[in-house]
Amino acid sequence: MNLLDMGAVELAAAIRDGKATAVDAVRASLERIEEKEALYHCYVTIDRKGALAQAEAVQSRIERGELNGPLAGVPAAVKDNLCTAGMLTTCSSGMLKNFVPAYSAEVVLNLHRAGAVILGKTNMDEFAMGSTTETSAFGETRNPWNPAHVPGGSSGGSAAAAAAGECFYALGSDTGGSIRQPASFCGVVGMKSTYGTVSRYGLIAYGSSLDQIGPIARNVTDCAAVLEAIASHDEKDSTSMERPDTDFMSALYEDVQGMRIGIPKDYFGEGLDEEVRNAVLGAAKLLEEKGAIVEEFDLRLVDYAVPAYYTIAAAEASSNLERFDGIKYGYRTTDYNGLHGLYKKTRSEGFGEEVKRRIMLGSFVLSSGYYDAYYLKALKVKALIKRAFDDAFSGYDLILGPTAPTTAPKLGESLADPIKMYLGDIYTISVNLAGLPGISLPCGLDGAGLPIGLQLIGNCFQEKKLIRAAYTYEKARGIFPAANEGVKITSDRKAGE
Amino acid sequence: MAKEYETVIGLEVHVELAAKTKIFCGCPTAFGGAPNTHTCPVCTGMPGSLPVLNKKVLEYAVSVGIATNCEITRYGRFDRKNYFYPDNPQNYQISQLYLPVCRNGGVEIETAEGGKKIIGIHEIHMEEDAGKLFHDEWENCSLVDYNRSGVPLIEIVSEPDMRSAEEVIAYLEKLRLIIQYLGASDCKLQEGSMRADVNLSVREAGTEAFGTRTEMKNLNSFKAIMRAIAGERERQIDLIEEGKEVVQETRRWDDAKGESYAMRSKEDAQDYRYFPDPDLVPVVISDEMLEELKSRQPEFREAKMARYREEYGIPEYDIDIITGTKHMADLFEETSALCGQPKKVSNWLMGETMRLMKEKETDAEELRFSPENLAKLIALVDSKAVNGQVAKEVFEVMFEGNIDPEKYVEEHGLKTVNDEGALRKAVEEVIAGNPQSVEDYRGGKEKALGFLVGQTMKAMKGKADPAMVNRVLREELAKRPISEGE
Repeated sequence: MNLLDMGAVELAAAIRDGKATAVDAVRASLERIEEKEALYHCYVTIDRKGALAQAEAVQSRIERGELNGPLAGVPAAVKDNLCTAGMLTTCSSGMLKNFVPAYSAEVVLNLHRAGAVILGKTNMDEFAMGSTTETSAFGETRNPWNPAHVPGGSSGGSAAAAAAGECFYALGSDTGGSIRQPASFCGVVGMKSTYGTVSRYGLIAYGSSLDQIGPIARNVTDCAAVLEAIASHDEKDSTSMERPDTDFMSALYEDVQGMRIGIPKDYFGEGLDEEVRNAVLGAAKLLEEKGAIVEEFDLRLVDYAVPAYYTIAAAEASSNLERFDGIKYGYRTTDYNGLHGLYKKTRSEGFGEEVKRRIMLGSFVLSSGYYDAYYLKALKVKALIKRAFDDAFSGYDLILGPTAPTTAPKLGESLADPIKMYLGDIYTISVNLAGLPGISLPCGLDGAGLPIGLQLIGNCFQEKKLIRAAYTYEKARGIFPAANEGVKITSDRKAGE
Repeated sequence: MAKEYETVIGLEVHVELAAKTKIFCGCPTAFGGAPNTHTCPVCTGMPGSLPVLNKKVLEYAVSVGIATNCEITRYGRFDRKNYFYPDNPQNYQISQLYLPVCRNGGVEIETAEGGKKIIGIHEIHMEEDAGKLFHDEWENCSLVDYNRSGVPLIEIVSEPDMRSAEEVIAYLEKLRLIIQYLGASDCKLQEGSMRADVNLSVREAGTEAFGTRTEMKNLNSFKAIMRAIAGERERQIDLIEEGKEVVQETRRWDDAKGESYAMRSKEDAQDYRYFPDPDLVPVVISDEMLEELKSRQPEFREAKMARYREEYGIPEYDIDIITGTKHMADLFEETSALCGQPKKVSNWLMGETMRLMKEKETDAEELRFSPENLAKLIALVDSKAVNGQVAKEVFEVMFEGNIDPEKYVEEHGLKTVNDEGALRKAVEEVIAGNPQSVEDYRGGKEKALGFLVGQTMKAMKGKADPAMVNRVLREELAKRPISEGE
């Protein structure tokens, strides 16, 4: 029995049944990390000692019957923008390279309550700004399917770690696709819930009105289990909602009979890679065979999502990142002249290029005289996009499309052209603008052997429908190969055949 | 002939609300405490922390809005005001720009000429206070204390409707009374729980257009405000008379020197890049909440004064003083209800209370004696259990520490001695010991009786009923044969 071949829920069951222990699982994960980390660099911080100690504590609680949840004893990784008390939390930025929070994010506490064993903190694009994990101040993460390629971003470390078996599941955060896109590139399942379902308390904010924390795991079951564990109503987060329906695992059954699935034509236009198109349409076909009603439709305003998103997210980021000033915590420059000299030099040195670009963009769109033309206009576009989705969901249960226009690009290809990189988010960001739940799951490999992601989008609070459809598809598709196996399947070959 | 100028003044008044916890976290607002002890991740701007609005703050703000005849914004928001300074841990202050909680109100003041005038209120918004910086000259470094960070404030922005320092003071007094009556703040200028910035311009009398205004900060008392207004009016008129221009700027008033100096001009004004705070949800005020807060509005001063005239029959002067603070009015009403003798209650408040407040520099809000104890004291006097002088002594102890006067009188043996035999004996001794005064009295000098009363009280250790002393003395003095010694 190789523990690393197991899913998270499967492993928890084995631990519960006494077939393995939480300590065995952590050892296996740490061994895998030992073996692969030098190449993939999924983590910023690996807490070997802490993880073993947690595993021992969790194991004895499991044995005493105090912990029996579906994730108890399973090793997990946490994106490095989630505060962990006593453990370095850097946002992959030089600005926070020495920052140790005094408190833990609500999701981290929820994971502990579920009996998770936290292995460490995963690498990311600096302050979650990027689509490749190349903007990390601590070096890029590589895609476990092919180390010459990026894992996607910004939760690239989380997705790569889950794909490489360096953890059983990981938490990411999704502001414009930062969970779904790297999940797509790494051949794993990533899910973003309805805005307000998971507490943001302790998530170091990028775009507060868009940020949602969510799971990245190797299958839909694990994804649902993790989301169920982290969803909670938190009075410390004003935007957190009280939901009675977060028993997401109850939706893990095969049934799409009569489910109406809309395919937005606009998601299959210019810029979409042919192999991606075929794989995604193949997935739609499979769902149709399982009883879903699949139709094409026009989703309005798709072209406006990217500019609206980069206006709103950058505006919020420019303000959210003001607190990093060298005064209270984090990096402080040396040899400065006066208070404003301290601010300028600290921030110039502490932040990377992409972060500075977005701070400048955000400051500009909020400045007096431009606010109405940019920020306010973007908010109006956001409202119209929400309305376009409302209209779509009056006719469809789910929307189906690609997660990203292409598979994972090569390292170094994306940063040279930020606009092109921003356009890569075209299918994911409108989901954040409208506050909707979305899931990405693998639906094939391209000719180069890189995973292709299928995205399903639900109406607000319809996570269960999403999980049910994803689960049904996953079963129909069959087992997806693991990254390390190097198994090559082509996109026109339906997995499971 | 010298030109006539009119002063145009608008005020921005910051009021620290009486909420026990901060506006966006659960930390205490209590004054003092070692630096950075009334803090948490939220009010120190730690990464990942999030603000949650304290409902009490909203209630206070809306209550002040209702009391100042404002329109209440039913769907409001908080906005971020972005600027870098270390007293502000997030480098943005959470405030309200676009949809402030209250708008378009006003309060009525009395003008110096005895007329009435409405001072418009442009808006009231909620915001958080900043931390406090300490510059350590010795170590050549600056330190910051975030205990004040996140303390809830409202800013009341008036229209430029005031034309003199007197109107400014009348307006501030009016606001102070309303807010104190609501219990929303203690409004102490000296302690900074009420702070006023004065926007002032001058224009030639009769002209329509406003002159260029300046904003004056650091005004810590009504006197400082009066002086600053006079000083700034004069400075602006001098500039105009010299053919120079008034510059739009923020000025700091130095009350000790009696002059102001420029802090920053409009050109230096920062772009605060205000935008709605995405961490906070819209502030929605329901019909129920609004009705509830309206029904909880207290009886304000004018209504109280009218009722006092009707109900209590106490002098106008007393009414004016007693209703001058909510605490005094509460004391008066509650004590009157307990003892049923408003006139006597008023006398205690107007007489001994005011005297001791002055002597001990105590504000009305700090009065500690309870209505119950004042009522008991009045009853002790009524029943002649203690005489007036003893009552005053007991009151002074009550003023200091709210003791129970019944117990105190008992424990200290201050009860009036009603034993006429003992009194008569004391009187006899006094008469025997003061032949000169006795002779003076008998010779027709009424004043001499006063001395003999005093001596008798002294012999009785103050515990006699003065009326009884008077009667017995007269009786005893009358007993002696007038013919004696003739």
